[in-house]
Amino acid sequence: MISTSNLSKKYNGNQVLSIDALDIPKGQSFGLVGNNGAGKTTYFSLLLDLIQPTTGYIKINDVQVDKSEDWKPFTAAFIDETFLIGYLTPEEYFYFIGELRGQNKADVDALVAQFQDFFHGEILGQKKYLRDLSKGNQKKAGIVAALIGNPEVIILDEPFANLDPTTQIRLKTIIKELAEKQGVTVLVSSHDLLHVTDVCERIVVLEKGEIVKDLETNAATLKELEAHFSGSEVL
Amino acid sequence: MIKRFLSLEWKSFFRSASFGKSLGIKIFMGFLSLYLIAMFLILGIGLFPALQEFFPESDPLLIVNSFLFYWILGDLVIRFFFQKLPVMSVMPLLVLPIKRSKIVNYVLGKSVFSFFNALPLFAIIPFGVTLIVKDYPVSQVIGWMAALIVVVLIINFLNFIVESFSAEKELSFLPILVLAGGLYGLNHFNVVSFSEIIGNGFNAIYNQSVFIVVPILILLACYVLNFKLLKQKLFLDSGLKTKIKEVNTSNLDWTKNFGDIAPFLQLDLKLIWRNKRTKSTVWMVVFGLLYGLVFYVNPQFISMTPSYIFVGVFSTGIFLMNFGQFVPAWDSSYYGLLMTQNLKYEQYLKSKFTLMALSVLILFVLGIPYVYFGWKVLFAHFAAAIYNMGVNTHVILLGGSFNRKKINLNEKAVFNYQGTGAVQWLIGIPILLLPMGIFAVVYFLTGFEIACLVLIILGIVGIVFHQKIMKLITKKYTDSKYKMIDAFNQDN
Repeated sequence: MISTSNLSKKYNGNQVLSIDALDIPKGQSFGLVGNNGAGKTTYFSLLLDLIQPTTGYIKINDVQVDKSEDWKPFTAAFIDETFLIGYLTPEEYFYFIGELRGQNKADVDALVAQFQDFFHGEILGQKKYLRDLSKGNQKKAGIVAALIGNPEVIILDEPFANLDPTTQIRLKTIIKELAEKQGVTVLVSSHDLLHVTDVCERIVVLEKGEIVKDLETNAATLKELEAHFSGSEVL
Repeated sequence: MIKRFLSLEWKSFFRSASFGKSLGIKIFMGFLSLYLIAMFLILGIGLFPALQEFFPESDPLLIVNSFLFYWILGDLVIRFFFQKLPVMSVMPLLVLPIKRSKIVNYVLGKSVFSFFNALPLFAIIPFGVTLIVKDYPVSQVIGWMAALIVVVLIINFLNFIVESFSAEKELSFLPILVLAGGLYGLNHFNVVSFSEIIGNGFNAIYNQSVFIVVPILILLACYVLNFKLLKQKLFLDSGLKTKIKEVNTSNLDWTKNFGDIAPFLQLDLKLIWRNKRTKSTVWMVVFGLLYGLVFYVNPQFISMTPSYIFVGVFSTGIFLMNFGQFVPAWDSSYYGLLMTQNLKYEQYLKSKFTLMALSVLILFVLGIPYVYFGWKVLFAHFAAAIYNMGVNTHVILLGGSFNRKKINLNEKAVFNYQGTGAVQWLIGIPILLLPMGIFAVVYFLTGFEIACLVLIILGIVGIVFHQKIMKLITKKYTDSKYKMIDAFNQDN
């Protein structure tokens, strides 16, 4: 579904990302972990064609993202609050995104209705603009907006940060279901090793822009990751 | 501490993404300032001989004193539109061990060194020197000059007081116009003769330098009031926090008539109506629409035919200028979202175009009563409207592709004056002067009708080639996509 080859990104001669090859098959729930500055957001930004690669390319469904825009109809993302339109109410925002993705109001309503308990009654019908919601509630709205229009690829940068424990647990269920039942490819980045190992079938560890680990998640994965990040790794 | 603040400002200026652009503007502003300085110098040097020439029987100093009221009023209005309180992002400073009063004093103190305060000196000092040369008593002249400088500072701080009261209102320029207009009216109809009061005041200061304490006390009062106002706003829960109002949503289903650009059109309409910054562009429309009255009631102007085009372009294009020049910066806070959505850049731009073209049409229709001043006026406005629709809309969209300055609509900070000030009016040069120039040349070579026709034809050419031009403009935008995303992600 997503293939990366020879990808690198340099800022003023400093290499911030270098991935020779990375293939993510359809329907995989994929986790990206790494310390600050490891290149997680850079990779997602390249994937969404928000920045230009120095070398190499990424293809989604055989569409090279920096050459064609045909990946946009089946790709959705929530990176940060700059993906929200502050002066719309959550409902209007959902309808706007829906319209861009060819969904009518009824479709959007039906989809959003599934997330009633995720929203915890704090998003819909509040008569508030997105800019006036708390950071956590903004994030909830942004994540749900990324699910509108049955995308085949969903990219979420740090989805667990800023959320309360209840919502984190609900979000994990949502992500798992997307990948398992609907065959959606979900890409998630996180600092929280526990959440990622819970949710993702596969975890890639980035360090200074390079892939240092590529793991199939199993019972031992969390331990291995913790060992890696605490620097006490046993070889 | 002051040194620290200054170094922060220095860095924010040189390290900002729009540095190149603001440097160009700064150079232009530099020339403009030199020009203004020269004008004030000439005024300062020439005023005394000129007054002696025209009013040989009165004392030039007394004449100047009797006109000071108008200067104060004019300066206040001009400053309101062009001078803004020195911006400093204060939020991060609040939690640091810096006294609030220090921050406020710094912001206010810095405003003293504004160009607006320096400019009058170029007229005051030469005029004062001339007085001394002409054997006026030195100490009295110096006292008079000092009083004027104090008045300049009073105007400086008075302006910020007016601004801080009007910043929260939707019709932000209304209070100043009411205030200035009211004072002018009271004076003009001799209800209260401010010009006489102020004139006599300055005569008194000239005769008895001790009276200078009066303006100094006023200055202190203005400063203290400013200090209090600003300090109040430096708390998270008052000035820095936005008030949450319950919102009324309206469904804008009529926009569906515009086909595939409907979602963007709806978004743009909400953008305009729900943000303070954009809303003020709507109120400017009222101002632009009535602007013609200033000209046409004056019989001298009605005889100057080329000015009709100026008024026409201005009054039908005021929304186009105010809104259009910040495309795509209006959408800067969520530009990344738009760029990852399944949308065509062309539709996005076309929505902006449609909005501007519609505004021109509506403003033209609303301006039809100008026919009262003659059919020529209406015809010129019609030509200007067509030109605006066909040419200026495209020019301003093209200009937008060079825009790298973010506008933060959410407006969390008190001192958020992004994109306002003198720079805002620069775009008027190609938009206003070009059609005027074309019109004037053709008018003097041939005549009124032909000159109007030329503008109409230019406009129609623009409309005919609309699709082609939009393709070109779209390409410009696509080419600078990454640069825009990058610049819009930066806060300064």
